[in-house]
Formats: sequence, structure tokens, C-alpha cells
Amino acid sequence: MAAELHVELVAADRQVWSGEATLVVARTTSGDIGVMPGHQPLLGVLESGPVMIRTTSAEAGTIVAAVHGGFVSFADNKLSLLAETVEMADEIDVQRAERALERAKSEADAAAERRADVRLRAVAAR
Amino acid sequence: MGAQLRVYKRRIRSVTATKKITKAMEMIAASRVVKAQRKVAASTPYATELTRAVTAVSTGANDKHPLTTEVENPTRAAVLLLTSDRGLAGAFNSNAIKSAEQLTEKLQAEGKQVDTYIVGRRGIAHYNFRERKIAGEWTGFTDEPSYADAKAVAGPLIEAIEKDTAEGGVDELHIVYTEFVSMMTQNAVESRLLPLSLDEVAEEAGTKDEIRPLYDFEPSGQDVLDALLPRYVESRIYNALLQSAASKHAATRRAMKSATDNAGELINNLSRLANAARQAEITQEISEIVGGASALADATAGSDK
Repeated sequence: MAAELHVELVAADRQVWSGEATLVVARTTSGDIGVMPGHQPLLGVLESGPVMIRTTSAEAGTIVAAVHGGFVSFADNKLSLLAETVEMADEIDVQRAERALERAKSEADAAAERRADVRLRAVAAR
Repeated sequence: MGAQLRVYKRRIRSVTATKKITKAMEMIAASRVVKAQRKVAASTPYATELTRAVTAVSTGANDKHPLTTEVENPTRAAVLLLTSDRGLAGAFNSNAIKSAEQLTEKLQAEGKQVDTYIVGRRGIAHYNFRERKIAGEWTGFTDEPSYADAKAVAGPLIEAIEKDTAEGGVDELHIVYTEFVSMMTQNAVESRLLPLSLDEVAEEAGTKDEIRPLYDFEPSGQDVLDALLPRYVESRIYNALLQSAASKHAATRRAMKSATDNAGELINNLSRLANAARQAEITQEISEIVGGASALADATAGSDK
């Protein structure tokens, strides 16, 4: 069994990250799921939330990305995470996200509130 | 300066100004093609992965989904036509419109009622002028479409296909756009988005003969398909919008290049004519002077006697 799996993190308009990993944890609609090398072929619907990727390289370590909806598919030791919007946790501007969260709360904009919340959770999980 | 010469000079000046403008537009379009092409390339990984996933679910899951099964007697179809907001792009828009009209005729011959959805001011103007009904229209983003724009376009279409046909829904969804083949070649193409034809999808994903793994669906095949298909439609529309934008810029570039070439040729011809006119003027002046001098000489020679 291979000790690593290939991960492609893809947003609608760009490829966000790709590389080797030993463990990927993502939240599907029926709960958190961890995928390790050699997992059974899987196709699931993702919830908005942070996705954790434990990479094989020492300097990258564990990376976290905020995924806004989307899908996870795994086959032949290749895992693809697809979403309309994907942001790496270290790309997220915390202050901006916090401001956006407050604004969304005061305007009762559920979608914007969810987006800001996902970003903050991704930063917290880092 | 003679009147003739002045007219030529003025025309040369005006054509030179036009040439400068078309040259600038050509260069702008050329840089935009490259940008648009890059966007097409950037959106490809998402589209491929999504197509792969759709193939996997629809072949792996045995559930019948309304979006993947063909209705026995389709009575209504939606056609989405992608044109541009601005012209000056040669036959770009008229080719797309012609292709959409052919498709509409074909569908109507099959006894289907056609709803037309249009992106881009050019197509909308064409249909409005002929007082045809447009089911939905969008403008303002054809030069640089974003994914949000694709979502806005896909929304009503997905809604229409999910509705029952009796309540104004549609059974089929077709899209007409201009495929970007290369800088020199762009073709207006039509394709059926829904219901999915699995062979085509598999061919596109390059997985036709591949043995597909037996997937485990989370939460269930039906749910995955429910969530996947709208995204698939969005991503296909996004890709079509991007290709259409790239094609439009390429068509503009070509049109402006030939306009610049024509202007150059026109300037050459006009300066030849202007030269000839100037030469004619000089010749005339000389002959007038010579004629005048000899007349004067004759006159003085006569008076001497």
C-alpha cells in the first residue's frame, strides 16, 4: 500500500494546491471523513468548512483550506477536492473576515455570514 | 495648393487617424485573447474533475435522475445563446446567432417548443429587432466572465429544467457558443447539456475505455448527483462563456488587423493619387508660365517691328 496519496485542491477558476499527503480530513454532509492512502473509492458532498491536509513534506506541514461547498472524490490514490471557492488558511485576512462576519450579522445576510464563519474556522484550525 | 490635392490630403489624414484607432484596438484585443486563454486553461482542472465525477456517479449509481434520463416525448427545450456585448468582431456574433437559429429550427421541426436564453447585447438586439420572445437575458460581462456570472446564468436554466414541463419547465437544455480552437479558428458550436449523454461526457473526460472504480457515495448516490449536476451545468456554462470571450477577442483582433491593413492600402493609393495631382499641378503651372512667357515674347517681338 502506498504511503501517500495525491491531492488536488481545485477551485472553479484556478488550481489552488496540489501535492502529496498522508491524511486528508474533510467534512461531508454526513459527517467528518478522514481519507488515508488506499481508501476505498469515494465520492461525497462537502459541507462548507475547513479541510485539513497533512502533507508529506516537512516544510509544508499541515495545511488548512476553507472550502465553500463542493465535492470530494477519491480513486486510485488520487483525491480531488472541488469547490466553487477555495481559500488557503494563510491567504485569509483574519481582520477582514471578522469585519465581514459582523457586517453579515447586522445585515442578517446568512450566506455572507456562513462564508465569513468558514474562513475564521479555517484560520482557527490552522 | 489645388482643390484636388487638398481633398486627397484631407482624406489621407482621416484614414491615418482611423488606422491608428484600429491598430490600437487590434493590440488591445491581442493582449485580451492571451488573458482569456489563460482563464480557460485555469478553469480546466475544475471542469475535468467535475466531469469525471459526473461520469462516475451516473454510471456507478443505478438511480434514475431526471437530469440524466431522456424524457420519452420531449416537448420543450431551452437554448442558451452566447454572444458578445460589443461588435467590431467580424462574423463572430452573426455566426453564433445563425447557429442558434438553425438549432431552433431543427428542434421546432422535431415538434419541440423552444425557449431562448441569450447572453450578450448583440444577440438580444438581434432577437428584439425581430420581435422574438426571449426567456432570459444577461449583459455586461461577456468580455471577462467570472464564475459568479456563470452561476447567475445557470440559475434560471437549472430551475427551468427541474420544473415540470406542464408548468413551464423544459426537457432539454442546449447551448450555442463559439469554441476557441486557435487564434485563427473559432467555430460556433451547439451542444446538448442536459439530459446528459454519458458517452459524450466520458469521451470528454478521456475515460471512455477506462474501467471505473466502484465508488462509495457519501451520503448517497442520489444526493451526490443532486448536488453535482447543477455544478456541472454551471461549470460547462462558465467554460462556454470563457471560450466565447476568448473567441470574441480573437475575432476582434482579426477584424481590426484587416481594417488596419485596408487603411494602410488606402493611404498608399491616396498618396499616389495626391502625388499625381501635385505633379499635374506643377506641370500645369510650368506650361502656363512657358505659355505666358512665349505669348509675351511673341507680343514684344511683334511690337518691335
